[in-house]
Amino acid sequence: MIKGVMRPGHVQIRVLDMDEAVKHYVELLGLIETGRDNQGRVFLKGWTEVDKYSVILREADEPGMDFMGFKCVDEATLDTLAADVRELGIEVKEIPAGDLPDCGRRMQFVAPTGHTFELYATKEQTGKWGISDVNPEAWPRGLKGMKATRFDHCLLYGDDLEGNLKLFETLGFGLAEQVLDPEGNKAALFLTASMKEHDIAFIKHEEKNKFHHASFYLDTWEDVLRAADLITMTNTSLDIGPTRHGLTHGQTIYFFDPSGNRSEVFCGGSYFYPDHKTITWKVEELGKAIFYHTRELNERFLTALT
Amino acid sequence: MAIENACQISVTNRQQVFKVPKGEPLLMAMEKLNQRAIDVGCRGGGCGLCKVKVLQGDYQTKRMSKAHISEEEAALGFALACRLTPLSDLELESDHFPLKK
Ligand code: FES
Ligand SMILES: [Fe+2]
Repeated sequence: MIKGVMRPGHVQIRVLDMDEAVKHYVELLGLIETGRDNQGRVFLKGWTEVDKYSVILREADEPGMDFMGFKCVDEATLDTLAADVRELGIEVKEIPAGDLPDCGRRMQFVAPTGHTFELYATKEQTGKWGISDVNPEAWPRGLKGMKATRFDHCLLYGDDLEGNLKLFETLGFGLAEQVLDPEGNKAALFLTASMKEHDIAFIKHEEKNKFHHASFYLDTWEDVLRAADLITMTNTSLDIGPTRHGLTHGQTIYFFDPSGNRSEVFCGGSYFYPDHKTITWKVEELGKAIFYHTRELNERFLTALT
Repeated sequence: MAIENACQISVTNRQQVFKVPKGEPLLMAMEKLNQRAIDVGCRGGGCGLCKVKVLQGDYQTKRMSKAHISEEEAALGFALACRLTPLSDLELESDHFPLKK
């Protein structure tokens, strides 16, 4: 928030089959469908989110992530931050309002790791789903599957982590946690614009622009366990969990959508203020940093990407 | 126990032979048998870990990520085992994922 970035606002994910994908994100994760556009894209949100959508699904030949957007406090912030990003030598494209339905203008740029990010400040607000904003009930009835409350963060893989760190620090993000190799090079970055331990994370990888997972927040460990039950009941492709991460200390389960994009639901974890010292994990203990209980990476963690 | 209506799968590079029921995606059928002849990733045609080259036999595929199987490669017998359903006995090579650690 230091420079006006509030939160991860949306992510556009490519899928191989839209009907199968909608089943995964709506019936299993429990996101709410809030719209479709004439290109066949489907718009979804978690029930606690006030904006109209946070997940956009697009059918394509190749799964993965098209872009991730961060919502900023106001329109003026977009111009200041765009200028700051241009100062780094990164080209920023202004996409007019309405290109994404019900969304204002977006400032879009490609990060040094090859991922496309954008900043925006305006999106139609439909309020939390199923409850009023006056004397609201605790939760709405009729939620499906895991009842994911919100889109929380993404983990992405790419090559130039030093470049991304510079970019995200320019956007006012703090480095809550990092993984360092014995030479002191960054092997992972967990960055936040808020009190959350991460709003976006990167892991070092030889290719550019790879997607590891999109994550959704649940309230309790019991909910994570119930998510695991649903993964079995629906014969969904499980990656690993339920377990705990060392990094961020969140409680988690990883699984895959029907196009091979990894999903995460998680709860808990640490918190961050701008005066917090960056937490460091050594790459020699990467197993424990990622999966705190087994203390070893499963074979897929570093390779199964889209 | 003999499986009725089974296809015999020979994974030549790992010298493994096993039988899977007809009509099931190869990778998941292999997992149920506790066989480890092909690497398992997302099981959704996205990550490429299960990339194989079919040397002999008939099969069907569901949509596979273009990033891992181009049209030219598909024509040469490359496929993702999680999207491949055998229609006959198959002879194939696994370990065609280029970034294997
Ligand atoms: S396991 Fe990921 S493409 Fe087959
Ligand atoms: Fe995560």
